[in-house]
Amino acid sequence: MQDSNIQLNRTDHSQSEPVIIRQRRKWLGAIASYLLLTVLALLFVAPIVFMIIGSLKPDSLVLTEAGTFKAFLPGQISFQNYRDVFERVDFARFFFNSLFITSMIVLAGLLVNSLAGYAFARLRWRGRSGVLLLVIALMIIPFEAIAVPLFFQVTLLGWRNTYIAQILPFVANAFSIYLFYTFFIDLPKELEEAARVDGASTLRTFFEIIVPVAKPVFATVAILTFLTQWGSFLWPLMVTLDEQVRPLPVAISSFQTLPPIQWGDIMSFGVMMVAPILIVFLLFQKWFVEGVASTGTKG
Amino acid sequence: MPQTPRLKDDTQIALGMAAPALIGLFLFVLLPFALAVVLSFTNLRLGSPLPTQFLGLEQYRRIWLDPSFRHALLNNSLFAIVVVPVQTALALGLALLLNRPLRGMALFRTLFFMPVVFPMALVAVIWTIIYAPGANGMMNAFLGFVSFGGWTAKDFLNDPVWALPAIMLLSMWQGVGFQMVIILAGLQAIPTSLYEAAAIDGSNQWNQFRYITLPQLRNTLIFVMLVTTILCFRLFDQVQIMTQGGPNDATTTVMYEAVKASFEQQKMAKGAAMTVVFFLVVLAITVLQRVLVKEEKAIE
Repeated sequence: MQDSNIQLNRTDHSQSEPVIIRQRRKWLGAIASYLLLTVLALLFVAPIVFMIIGSLKPDSLVLTEAGTFKAFLPGQISFQNYRDVFERVDFARFFFNSLFITSMIVLAGLLVNSLAGYAFARLRWRGRSGVLLLVIALMIIPFEAIAVPLFFQVTLLGWRNTYIAQILPFVANAFSIYLFYTFFIDLPKELEEAARVDGASTLRTFFEIIVPVAKPVFATVAILTFLTQWGSFLWPLMVTLDEQVRPLPVAISSFQTLPPIQWGDIMSFGVMMVAPILIVFLLFQKWFVEGVASTGTKG
Repeated sequence: MPQTPRLKDDTQIALGMAAPALIGLFLFVLLPFALAVVLSFTNLRLGSPLPTQFLGLEQYRRIWLDPSFRHALLNNSLFAIVVVPVQTALALGLALLLNRPLRGMALFRTLFFMPVVFPMALVAVIWTIIYAPGANGMMNAFLGFVSFGGWTAKDFLNDPVWALPAIMLLSMWQGVGFQMVIILAGLQAIPTSLYEAAAIDGSNQWNQFRYITLPQLRNTLIFVMLVTTILCFRLFDQVQIMTQGGPNDATTTVMYEAVKASFEQQKMAKGAAMTVVFFLVVLAITVLQRVLVKEEKAIE
């Protein structure tokens, strides 16, 4: 047994060890894992806690306590920073803009991309495989690669500083189509057969038979689209000119440099900006995690 | 399956269903993409009275000679060289820890994943505060604490040496949970029978990791590394918010230069040329991934 790899066999003995030693080792292993995970988790959440606690503190204290452990302790709680944000900028407007733009993209995207995914997966038509290949090829193009010419296009169309420029280009999405396609293609054929025999139209079959069983893929696409669009920064930075149509990410970047610079206010802005997604995330965690994991297995 | 008569041809209805998405992709992906290539061969400037001319590869020559753009390419590459292996290793480590059959792992998974839902603009703003100069800044204080006072306070974002690593750190903080979740799914897809067989053979944990986990995870790891590499070349938000490419181009990136050229200076053609270079990099990385995955399939 103890032949060539002597330096490797430290744990090889586990087979022959008494049960008590093995259990103790398991215990120690678990404690070590928990310790390591706890230290890492504390480091991970520190910036988030710093932001939340800072948003509840008088501005001067945020500055002076940032370098001490008090940065993570609330002390006396005040909502003054939150009131300040609403007084200094039109936060409600930014929030509405983000919510409106993002929901329009998500809703229209779900409709348009699921229909296309269905057409690719379940219908026979000429040119199907060729067009599908093209759509898959388009997945390689990151948005950044087309931002500049798209900006040129939008300028020519006179769409700068509009909602439409922030919504329409992002509705059709090759990756969403692909996710729908891979989901629909695995559904059993019998699903539609009965409906077709009854003479139901393709569209009705889709909405009444397919959509109800496809909730997981709709949830995945909705979450991934929402996450990307809620955080979108480069594009609205280029196309928005004033606060009327400006979404939160661009708004916080200009709020950050708006004099007088007050850290507490900036943190309140941040908390209000991320709170909706954080709540949705904590409620629908399973969907988030599965959605993200599916990009790995499908990509 | 020719027995069902309805299957013969759905061309009309299918085109009707796919049309909205296909038209959208054509107008807002394919067309601008083609436009990027075309524009990059011209001298187009928004609002310029001069007529647009065909210049061939002139813009590419110009950006190649532009020291800021060279810096940008270098910074993106540096960013990828550091962030991709470190972040992947960290994500793999976290996934391995979380994959153990212990209680409370779901809670830790939630905590590590949480930064992923934070918009990058917000992350950049918060970390700008964390990187505040002087001994009272949070990062300076933390480093002073763990080094028992051996750390001299830095102005991270205005220091040519520290600015880029500072951006790397927050990018990893925000991104590692994404990778971790994908790797965790990959780990859970490995058949347990492989480990049982190895345990019966008396194989130790390191050997199980080396000869079962890593090979089984190969495609997952290649995928997350590809995605992260591309993300490294897309780097923009953090730079725009935290450093504006400075100090002295120490943190400028390809996208930052492309946006600066086309948006601030209205030099559409120059920006388009940078965009095309950016795309070629992304394409090369993607092709590399395909080759690596195929190779493995051929071996099997």
